[in-house]
Amino acid sequence: VKTWIEAQGSDSSAAPSREEIIQAIDARAREARRRSLALVAMSGKGHVGGDLSAAEILATLYTAVLRFDPNNPSAPARDRFVMSKGHSSAMLYATLDQGGFFETGLLETFMQPGSPLNGHPARGRAPGVEASTGPLGHGLPIAAGMAAAARLDRSKRRVYCLVGEGELQEGSNWEALMFASHNRLDNLTVIVDRNGLQQGASTEETNALEPLAAKAQAFGCDVSEVDGHDAEALFDLFCGLPGRTDRPAFVIANTHKGRGVSFMEDRVEWHHRVPTDPELAMALAELEETA
Amino acid sequence: MSEQLLHDCRIGFAESLTALAEHDERIVVVVNDSLGSSNLVGFSQRFPERVFNVGIAEANMVGVAAGLADSGRIPFVCGASCFLTARALEQIKVDIAYSNANVKLCGMSPGLAYGELGATHHSIEDVAWLRAISGVPIVVPADPIETRQAIEVAASHDGPIFVRVSRSPVPAVYDDDYRFELGKTVMLREGSDVTLISNGIVLHRALDAADRLSARDGIEARVLAMPTVKPIDWEAIEAAANETAAIVTIEEHTVKGGVGSAVAECVVSCSPVPMKLIGIPDVFAPTGSTEWLLEHYGLTASAICETVRTFVRARQVV
Repeated sequence: VKTWIEAQGSDSSAAPSREEIIQAIDARAREARRRSLALVAMSGKGHVGGDLSAAEILATLYTAVLRFDPNNPSAPARDRFVMSKGHSSAMLYATLDQGGFFETGLLETFMQPGSPLNGHPARGRAPGVEASTGPLGHGLPIAAGMAAAARLDRSKRRVYCLVGEGELQEGSNWEALMFASHNRLDNLTVIVDRNGLQQGASTEETNALEPLAAKAQAFGCDVSEVDGHDAEALFDLFCGLPGRTDRPAFVIANTHKGRGVSFMEDRVEWHHRVPTDPELAMALAELEETA
Repeated sequence: MSEQLLHDCRIGFAESLTALAEHDERIVVVVNDSLGSSNLVGFSQRFPERVFNVGIAEANMVGVAAGLADSGRIPFVCGASCFLTARALEQIKVDIAYSNANVKLCGMSPGLAYGELGATHHSIEDVAWLRAISGVPIVVPADPIETRQAIEVAASHDGPIFVRVSRSPVPAVYDDDYRFELGKTVMLREGSDVTLISNGIVLHRALDAADRLSARDGIEARVLAMPTVKPIDWEAIEAAANETAAIVTIEEHTVKGGVGSAVAECVVSCSPVPMKLIGIPDVFAPTGSTEWLLEHYGLTASAICETVRTFVRARQVV
């Protein structure tokens, strides 16, 4: 198992520089934004706001952090990534396609009748999907169990779990954090896509998470905050983990819902609004310009 | 019954699981502060690393088990059935069944085992809830020997499975030669008038009732033990419907959705005959000992005998 960027190099070529890695992450995040938006527009359903806020987090993990083998998605030594915010499936699928998990054409079947690419990811159906999610609060307990299994196996594999911030209102997450810190699962990294909004309103207005860092710390986590759209900062942070051995890492990634498309950014209605054809064209053009 | 030696199914359960774990290091246990009530203190002393006690957190318990199964472990999740199945139902549906996680769900002290503790702790809906979820076989053993074998079968079964593990004292129904087969009924008594179908801790009462019906009323009841509620033994039910004039089911569960309902679904589809479902009616049961509650709901041998007799006479099927 290797990271994507490691797998690109041949034996003769030099390892990519840090700068090249960051460039690759940004380019892949941009491409995944375009493709996920197109998927949602095509299928007429989806959650673009949370797709776009997670772009750099997923691109960083699947470019330069997670070790996997797309030809053997269940390789025992692989690192695990659990997408707990399963409604951001279009972004996950676009990322898995970049990672080489999907056969040509599979991505375009997104939400089509009978497709393995459900509106919410399903383990055992879509290649590379580690957990069935969508109902919120499921991913983190599963990820904690995966981390406990790695510990029991004396394996160095790591487990990453991306949770939505509104999702943290589900109590099961806090049950899982208690379990992870009690068992000193420092091979577990929880990433919060802190984009400020949930389905109906801002998270702080709905049922406030703040002080989130203090809460996670009180639950026994090694807490850090990062700009969730800064590929360099994300890469450095993930490379430095575990920061404090014996504690699960809890990364608050500050992001913007709808990031990258001006008329979607930080707007609650874009939680699950579907872009019209003209809106999609405008969005893709904007994403082209920023390239 | 008072002269019979009574047994706790949890003894067979723990012996079986510990023996399996000796030879299979994939087996792990996940509990919600339920080591003692699951009779697994010995297991935890023998295999401390392979026990995950999540505390009182059922949603997390089932999710953690799914995560453990991901790496090839075989988790046995052991918690009071009322909490395991109700509190973690969505985790059972999504993390276990929909994801085909190789997790074994052990519903401890199900049915009316916690009689005096009240309806919050009665687990008379667990079979109905799980029966509606695709891909989860359901086993309701009748005694420690069947429980032991059900656990062995669960361990080798590829995929999720739910096993009820009772704490209520029961006489032995089976001897050591018995072999439990998933999905198969056992004909414990031949009979051509009426068929009694039962499982779990009330099976021996149904057997007793059949003997009384024969001795007192000359009614010959076939007794089918149905330890597997799902997948159901369609063939045996169809044969019973064709060869006997009526079917009566007897269960320690609500009659809404348990083994009686499962049998009825088959009977109406193949060869309809009159049916009577004996179990807990559509109520929250009052407090009382398990024995008192079973008596209260007509689940003693004499009450079953009387219900069957009245039913077949009224229907003039025998």
